[in-house]
Amino acid sequence: MTTKTKQLNRIDLIFKHEDDCKEILKKSFDRSHEEVINEMVNSGLKGRGGAGFPTGLKWKLTSEEKEKTKYVICNADEGEPGTFKDREILTRVPHKVLAGMAMCAKIIGAKEGYIYLRGEYKFLVPQLREELKKFHQIMDELNLDFVVDIFLGSGAYICGEESALFESMEGKRGEPRNKPPYPTQCGYLNKPTVINNVETLAHSYTIMKYGAKKFRELGVKDSWGSKVFSVSGDTPIPGIYELELGMSVQDFVDDFGDGDTKAVQVGGASGFLVPRKRFPKSHIGYQGKLTGVSLPTGGSMMIFNSSRSMYNVLDNYLDFFQEESCGQCTPCRVGCQQLLKGIKAVKRGDKPAAYLDKLLKLTETMRLTAKCGLGQSVANSFSSIVENFREEMIY
Amino acid sequence: MNDQAELVKDLVTEYGIKREKLLPILQTVVEKDRFLSASAILKIAEETKIPAADVYGTASFYSFLDIVPRGKYVIRVCKTITCAMKGKNQILLALEDFLKVKLGETTPDKLFTILETNCLGWCHKAPAMLVNDDVYTELTPNMVVDILSSYKAEADKK
Amino acid sequence: MKMTNMINLSINGIAVSVEEGKTILEAAKKLHIHIPTLCYHKDLCVAGNCRVCVVEQAGVDRLVASCATPVNEGMEINTNSLKVRNCRKHIIELLLAEHNEECTKCYRNGHCELQTIAADLQITNQDFIDLVPDKQYSVDSYSPSIEKDDSKCIRCQRCVRTCAEIQSVGAIAVAHKGADMKISTFFNYSLNEVVCTNCGQCIVHCPTGALVEKSYVEQVWDAIADPEKHVVVQTAPAVRVGLGEELGFEPGTRVTSRMVSALRRLGFDSVLDTDFTADLTIMEEGTELLTRLKGALLDDNPEVSLPMATSCSPGWVKYIEHKYPQYLPNLSTCKSPQQMFGALAKTYYAKNIDVDPANIVSVSIMPCTAKKYEANRPEMKDSGYKDVDFVLTTRELAVMIKQAGIEFEQLNEENFDSIMGIGSGAGIIFGATGGVMEAALRTAYEIVTGREVPFENLEIKPVRGLAGVKEAVVPIVDVLPEWSFLEGVELKCAITNGLENAHQLMEAIDRGDRFYHFIEIMACPGGCLGGGGQPFPVDDEIRQKRMDAIYSEDLSLALRKSHENPEIVQIYKDFLEKPLSHKSHKLLHTSYVKRQPY
Repeated sequence: MTTKTKQLNRIDLIFKHEDDCKEILKKSFDRSHEEVINEMVNSGLKGRGGAGFPTGLKWKLTSEEKEKTKYVICNADEGEPGTFKDREILTRVPHKVLAGMAMCAKIIGAKEGYIYLRGEYKFLVPQLREELKKFHQIMDELNLDFVVDIFLGSGAYICGEESALFESMEGKRGEPRNKPPYPTQCGYLNKPTVINNVETLAHSYTIMKYGAKKFRELGVKDSWGSKVFSVSGDTPIPGIYELELGMSVQDFVDDFGDGDTKAVQVGGASGFLVPRKRFPKSHIGYQGKLTGVSLPTGGSMMIFNSSRSMYNVLDNYLDFFQEESCGQCTPCRVGCQQLLKGIKAVKRGDKPAAYLDKLLKLTETMRLTAKCGLGQSVANSFSSIVENFREEMIY
Repeated sequence: MNDQAELVKDLVTEYGIKREKLLPILQTVVEKDRFLSASAILKIAEETKIPAADVYGTASFYSFLDIVPRGKYVIRVCKTITCAMKGKNQILLALEDFLKVKLGETTPDKLFTILETNCLGWCHKAPAMLVNDDVYTELTPNMVVDILSSYKAEADKK
Repeated sequence: MKMTNMINLSINGIAVSVEEGKTILEAAKKLHIHIPTLCYHKDLCVAGNCRVCVVEQAGVDRLVASCATPVNEGMEINTNSLKVRNCRKHIIELLLAEHNEECTKCYRNGHCELQTIAADLQITNQDFIDLVPDKQYSVDSYSPSIEKDDSKCIRCQRCVRTCAEIQSVGAIAVAHKGADMKISTFFNYSLNEVVCTNCGQCIVHCPTGALVEKSYVEQVWDAIADPEKHVVVQTAPAVRVGLGEELGFEPGTRVTSRMVSALRRLGFDSVLDTDFTADLTIMEEGTELLTRLKGALLDDNPEVSLPMATSCSPGWVKYIEHKYPQYLPNLSTCKSPQQMFGALAKTYYAKNIDVDPANIVSVSIMPCTAKKYEANRPEMKDSGYKDVDFVLTTRELAVMIKQAGIEFEQLNEENFDSIMGIGSGAGIIFGATGGVMEAALRTAYEIVTGREVPFENLEIKPVRGLAGVKEAVVPIVDVLPEWSFLEGVELKCAITNGLENAHQLMEAIDRGDRFYHFIEIMACPGGCLGGGGQPFPVDDEIRQKRMDAIYSEDLSLALRKSHENPEIVQIYKDFLEKPLSHKSHKLLHTSYVKRQPY
């Protein structure tokens, strides 16, 4: 990909004012399930929560399950530090999200759907209830037996992990499950379940309306389409931006930095910190055709300028993780505590600088052995910060 | 039967004895009492037929399902990175100064509790805090005083 | 019949074929490849949380938990790659960093699964930061049965799963999250104040010293050393088929007479047998059952509660007091054999050996931790003293034997003292689930009909075995004239072991789905032989071996019916007069209390 010098394209798909959900849904209901699934598969849409699982495939697998009862769940437990786009989408275009859920429900044969809304966004409930009334009216008119309810979280980051989310909905502690089985076979109440991020569902509406081809006009190979980014930190223009996938961090910084950008945290505390020297060769997107490093992300872009101590940043992340780990598995529960105490000990001089290498090895063990994505991904920010800003950890 | 027991009984009648209704029940009790007392959890356990230790263990997993007494207004200041960078500590100091209690404590009049919380999802408008379910963003120490004063006034009216 | 699909895979380069749905761990076991585990236990559902059992799968970057990962066709697994070893070592190091490492001061020293794995991996360094000083770990030692020390907990949740899945009690749960996550009772109350039945299954399933029995070994040594005291010891039937495991014998080895010899060498003044009071229980409980049947069938007395439930298992008794208090009238009023023994030791026996009961110290060796609680119940003082002073588990007896330097396998075979030292085969089988039922039927049937129970060798097979709920229907025909109201009655019985099964049975009875005359309930899986005071480790295979040993001991005896025990005949003649006599009621029967349901 060539380096752009001009401003990044601002895309206006997700938040575009459109009031045609009923028509789009009707159009999609009139098509065969196979056609709709193909459209989704061909669009190349990947999960916008950060994990990047192909959405069409997820729908297809669940549709093939023989079980009678199935569920569609919208994952609105947006808790990754630096992410706030799902709130914005649910505030401004909830009908598109619901339309995505209905399309999915029709294909897989689900009669019930839930929006798992994080407790921090409880203030959204009244307006979402209003929206649901309209939505259920449309369901009636289109003759689809599909009801959506809101399930409110209660302050637990880990519940954004899909199997922890099911546990939480089932009235239990949000402890991630063993996988396999995967949600497509065994999700909420052990039934086949499609669980999609808020933004993914809104994109499904867009794809249904404009077609897979149009979607693929945006982005790059293996990372098609646009993505909503949550931009915060040392930027003159914090906020929500819909941009094409595939951009380099350099282009992003040129647009959003304050001129003194030292590093960008891509993908929140569980993502990677990109230091200035890596801006040009780091691209936002999934593994594939991008040159340099590809960084999948849920859209959190936190910008740090040269006044920021990377030690403080890492300390803040680790404090977050040691609190928000569910605590069930050894590498994550004890590992997070060790990392936090470890960097403090090095900073105080109680441990030699070489102790950082021991901690880096520990993060590798966590990545390899933790039960779920939380413990596995602590290594991302830890290693990218410690390796690039080692001196800030010590002095 | 006291109010709380009645509320729990009504909730269980409304939702049915299903484990998947436990969180909504706990949330409703917290909304009313601001925390889950031992007696509330026992009543919930009795009505839902879930062991009390299990209900307790489940509640304690969730930051918003407090199991220690809280004030009428629970203030949760976001402490995650962007808010930390944009002056969370000043906000906390302003709160402590105004309410004359420390982080984690409740005012003697049981009106306010100051807590910290993890990312609230308002990083572009940091620093942010919740007062019960209401969000306040782009806070300054002066704003904090105004916000709390209005809650105080509201409480005084009642 | 559907053929089971076989899956072919290789582990460490060795091909193996296992049924579809089996895990990598199970496949490795088939190849005799040992993968260390901590949170995994055969008795429990898979948790996959300790991560010690991770292995490498070819083509997969991350390691997989072998206990939780089903096999796939063509899978290539390496259980001992560099990656696996490094990670496994790290995980144990992490657990040790969170763990109170004062191994030499730990009750489980030498019997700890964490210690064993740490030793196998040769963890000699501790590079990670010791987290223990910053944790506010607490020890709960208020329960007379169980001590819970959070500083030794590795959070594998085996105890939580045990308490919920096997026992349906839910006294402990996982609380809080992240760094603060811990195993807790309701609001961290003492085990003594909550629904805990003291069954000790959590102890048997705990890999470390986080949950142990409250030990009374020192108090017993003190009593033995006191020349003023006459120390009487009784041993429960299940102890003699478990003790050997702690002392170098294979599971299922009967060590009865060696045990007797060891108890004498330890310095106990009278070595007696709980089997004697097991037989006595049959006399009292059998008569109680017949009286209840008469009340219900002949007199139409609405006050009579059926089914009658056994009351030998103190874990079950506390369970019903907490969870089904409305069924307390159904519980037999008979004390357990331990407590009958205690009440007689300081009355009948004391008089017989001419010792002031105030100077008798009554010790019992039990496969059970709930017995410690039972002995401390305020009701259990009918002799005028505390009926049973100290209760030791099978494991604690093994500790004493080791402390005394006794080479157990070299001991002579000796017999119990008399009186209160003779037990019938019916008494012995109390140690297995179904045993009380079988013993009761052997006696009651004969009382009512004048004939032996119509089962070959007196073996009532339908009530035996490890199944969760067993049912038996015994038709009663050709009765003696005084029992004519029982003519043609089909006596309906049910037997359960493990409190989850008891819960299911009670629910079925409560719903009216099932009707029985007599139910036997034992709190622990397999009955007392799988009790919370028995040796580690335990699983169904080991329980079955202990059970086989119990029934073979029964079969080896000439005396196999409680009512034929000469010492039983004698005690009724000399002391108690008859079952349910005034004296029996005073010494051998008890009452129960309703307890809070949490």
